[in-house]
Amino acid sequence: MKRIQSSHSRQLAQRAAFIFLTAIALLTAITILMVVIYIAIKGGSAISWEFLTGLPRNGMRSGGIFPAIVGTLYLTIGTAIFSVPLGICAAIYLSEYASDNRWTRIIRIAIINLAGIPSVVYGLFGLGLFVLFLNFGTSILAGSLTLAIMTLPVIISTAEEALRAVPQSFRVVSISMGGTYWQTIRRIVLPQALPGILTGVILGLERAAGETAPILFTVAAFFLPRLPNSPFDATMALPYHLFVISTQVPGMPVQIQYGTALVLIIFVLGMNSLATVIRSRARARRQW
Amino acid sequence: MRKSFSWNELLITGLIKVSGYSAILFVGLILFFLLREGLPTLGEVPLSEVFSKRWYPIEDYFGILPLLGGSLIVTLGATMIAVPIGISTAIFISEIAPRWAREILKPLIELLAGLPSVVLGFLGVLIFTSLLRRALNLPTGLTAFTGSFLLGGIAIPTIVSVAEDALDAVPRSYRDGALALGATKWQTIWRVTLPAARSGVLTAIMLGIGRAIGETMAVMMVTGNAPVLPVRLSMLFSPVRTMTATIAAEMGEVASGSVHFHVLFLIGIILFLISLIVNVIASAVVFRQRKRSERILS
Repeated sequence: MKRIQSSHSRQLAQRAAFIFLTAIALLTAITILMVVIYIAIKGGSAISWEFLTGLPRNGMRSGGIFPAIVGTLYLTIGTAIFSVPLGICAAIYLSEYASDNRWTRIIRIAIINLAGIPSVVYGLFGLGLFVLFLNFGTSILAGSLTLAIMTLPVIISTAEEALRAVPQSFRVVSISMGGTYWQTIRRIVLPQALPGILTGVILGLERAAGETAPILFTVAAFFLPRLPNSPFDATMALPYHLFVISTQVPGMPVQIQYGTALVLIIFVLGMNSLATVIRSRARARRQW
Repeated sequence: MRKSFSWNELLITGLIKVSGYSAILFVGLILFFLLREGLPTLGEVPLSEVFSKRWYPIEDYFGILPLLGGSLIVTLGATMIAVPIGISTAIFISEIAPRWAREILKPLIELLAGLPSVVLGFLGVLIFTSLLRRALNLPTGLTAFTGSFLLGGIAIPTIVSVAEDALDAVPRSYRDGALALGATKWQTIWRVTLPAARSGVLTAIMLGIGRAIGETMAVMMVTGNAPVLPVRLSMLFSPVRTMTATIAAEMGEVASGSVHFHVLFLIGIILFLISLIVNVIASAVVFRQRKRSERILS
């Protein structure tokens, strides 16, 4: 045992430790804030109607980023089409049907692993399965499918949590009134869990919208100054475009770089705040 | 609990069950396609050459040691940055911060988690590299340390949120007991709460490391991408090339089915295995912890 410290030195140690921890937390917070504000200020001046709706010109050194914005929008929607139904069904299975046995544990480990697989490995997988094996080519379809599998774990785990938060008594009452198991889920559990599920869906899609590595070899076009017109087309996308113009194109005007970064951040963080709003409103309205 | 029979319901239930197992299917598919494209390497390049020190694919040198070393040194640097900051912030949020500070800090950390890594890479290229080059008088700011710095930022949200959950899960009675025995608040945190949350905090660190090793874009943009095996810690301040960056940078330029293509998939397999190991261990820790707390409570 250590000898008993005097009350005074104990207080001193506490004060030093607390000041240290507070300083670190403060530093982290300020750095994050500064990063966002800095991009907002530097990029704000680049944003104009022409920048948002124009095609890139002059080797991307002037003009707008419209194709990249549309591409990211398409990819996000495409991802949602595949991952949302699948993710919600998987969450319903885990929350309402699965018993606590070995298979369920394996499913859970599989989900944890999906969440941990590096994004560039998803890119390789998408290249191997969708682009080459299924012969979709570098296309919005291949990219959406790749991103969908990547977002699945986020959607499943948040949706499951939302479903589990619905009190058991709701289910018991519905079933005792003669509802079938599926009716109970469809009419009682799902509506109650909807805001939570929505939050998870948006957070998952947010991740998909900002990722670059999985779309490198499955969708992204270096420079394609037109809009894609079928799911089998390649497309530009905001994150990949930012990568290209900040490392691959010499003599790129800084303003356009910051402008693109700002648009990407607004896209992603806009989804993030939407999720936060839904979550907090649902929490305020909740009656159980 | 038998209900009246209906085909519709049977169909939907079947669909839900199939979806439930889909995660296993996808992990299997990912592994299968990585192996399908990566395993041919072993027939094309002798294993001793794969684990050699020269990566120069144009002349058919496929030694992946420099890439492994690059990933390791960048991740090591990131860990040294993210672990102290992440754990400190988690302790602050969970134990010390007044309510209002928590309400500000948590969304900010989520904001950092939401920032696309390519944006951080972009800022790294534009600002941090030149700052570092001038501050340390280096020939280039594109170094392993630059990558570590950004990766630290990317790993911090993971570490904070998992560690904070772990600290929150420590029963109130532990803290009350320590305080009642006359410990100060800090002594309670340091000697009681933190040790009680130990396994969760370790999980947080592991998941943070896993996040850092797998990160691609930010690293590729700022580490200079020189495939040199880092043998000393001072190499932290020279350019390196990580496994993820190699795949991302080179896959676009190789012919599918070539040796180079297969080697890049082999690197993918290695990354997959690393994340598998990290996550299985981390989840095992979580399961064990839950069992132990169940034992204590029963």
